[in-house]
Amino acid sequence: MIAIEGVGKTFQSRDGDAVEALRGVSLQIRRNEFVCLVGPSGCGKSTLLRLVGGLTLPSSGRVSIDGTTVAEPRSDTGFVFQAATLLPWATILDNVLFPARMMGVLTGAHVERARELLTMVGLAGFEGKHPRELSGGMQQRAGICRALVNDPDILLMDEPFGALDALTREELTLELMRIAAERPKTILFVTHSIPEAVLLADRVVVMSPRPGRIAEIIDIDLPRPRDFDMEARHEFQDATRRIRDLIFGSRARRAA
Amino acid sequence: MRGKSAALRHAREVFVPLATIAVLFAAWEAACRFFAIPAYLVPAPSAIWVDTGKLAGPVFHHTVATTVTVLLGFLASFVISLPLAILLTTSPTIAGVIYPLLVLTQSIPKVALAPILVVILGANELPRIVVTFLVAFFPLVLSVAAGLVAVPPELIELGRSCRASRWKEIWRIRLPYAVPFVFSGLKAAITLSVVGAVVAEFVNADRGLGYLIVTSTAFFQVPVAWGALIILSLMGIVLFQIVVIVERVFFPWSLSSDRPGAS
Repeated sequence: MIAIEGVGKTFQSRDGDAVEALRGVSLQIRRNEFVCLVGPSGCGKSTLLRLVGGLTLPSSGRVSIDGTTVAEPRSDTGFVFQAATLLPWATILDNVLFPARMMGVLTGAHVERARELLTMVGLAGFEGKHPRELSGGMQQRAGICRALVNDPDILLMDEPFGALDALTREELTLELMRIAAERPKTILFVTHSIPEAVLLADRVVVMSPRPGRIAEIIDIDLPRPRDFDMEARHEFQDATRRIRDLIFGSRARRAA
Repeated sequence: MRGKSAALRHAREVFVPLATIAVLFAAWEAACRFFAIPAYLVPAPSAIWVDTGKLAGPVFHHTVATTVTVLLGFLASFVISLPLAILLTTSPTIAGVIYPLLVLTQSIPKVALAPILVVILGANELPRIVVTFLVAFFPLVLSVAAGLVAVPPELIELGRSCRASRWKEIWRIRLPYAVPFVFSGLKAAITLSVVGAVVAEFVNADRGLGYLIVTSTAFFQVPVAWGALIILSLMGIVLFQIVVIVERVFFPWSLSSDRPGAS
């Protein structure tokens, strides 16, 4: 469904130097597949996500969705950012409806759907509140609802739980898996957390930095539905160890 | 309990400044009497009160005239500054054209410009409003423009990811974000509007508190001039507070976006 073919991305830094963020990245993502991108800072995983989302264009190669080259943000793509990035002046309901309003497609059905989504993530009764009245976890839940309000086929998530505390993070991880099971979507998920990637993904794409490229793609053969108990399984252990080795090299494991 | 302490705090907020002013006036009165300062130099508050009170009717009409000029000048500042700031921030080319012109309008001494404006626009309300506008609008434009470009890149990115048009980006993201900046500009503009209106009245008017100050000092009615001065500062305070209240009532989120919720 999503085809990334030989994509490279070079940024012009402020002092005029060219910074190569991605080189020769190729990746095929199937419909309703959950793919996690992991790697150290500067490996270009967020850039890759932005390329798929049409927020930035590749310097070389091609990104396409169902055969159409991505040249700008598409209406069938939903974004969840690292911070909830809610509009502080708008109510939670208006924040969730924001994409529909921006695209000029807002209808009563969207309002109904927004309320449904908020109920699904446990935010029923908070529709009229403002973001500052919600905790960080609740804000990010609203951020996820916002990404889902247009019922997009593709969900792009850029370290969505990165700014949350560990407990909220686990809670939202479970919630995301439930949402993905209820309404299957193609999900591209950037994270720093290896266990999170393994638990969520069908495939984990491990990236390496300078220039950003794909080091290896690892299939995760854990059955669904998944939960945190699976962390004890040997498939889980093997996958996390393999990813860790790829990122840090085997030396780091011996030291640990 | 919270309500009581809030009420107490509120009372203190009102009481302390009022008490300060009362003490100041008392000291002023005492000094005038003790040192026997002649009223044509510095009149005592009581003399100001009595002499201005004798002219209560005309003073009221002068006050209304000045208020009208201030409000119309302020309104013009608001209506013109907002689109101007949007223009300034949307295109570097337009900014390059407008910025030097803006700076030019600010480098012209308004007092010197006022008589010329009377020649051009006639001896009526219009040149007074234009002078008031010219004095008041500049900080407003700058602060609205600053607000429009201060939007965090994440919010702009959010707009782009939602395929927001340029116009919707301004209307739904940049302008709401700029509201606190708009209000800090408005607070400066309302204060400057009073200054501008008085400057305009010095040069060209047959009524208004500025005109009253000029005529009463010319006829050695110094206490009346002081009375006009006090009314002008009261007007400035009241108008400023109205702006503050409008912000508090209609844009409560703009005051402190990081304050924990009231619930």
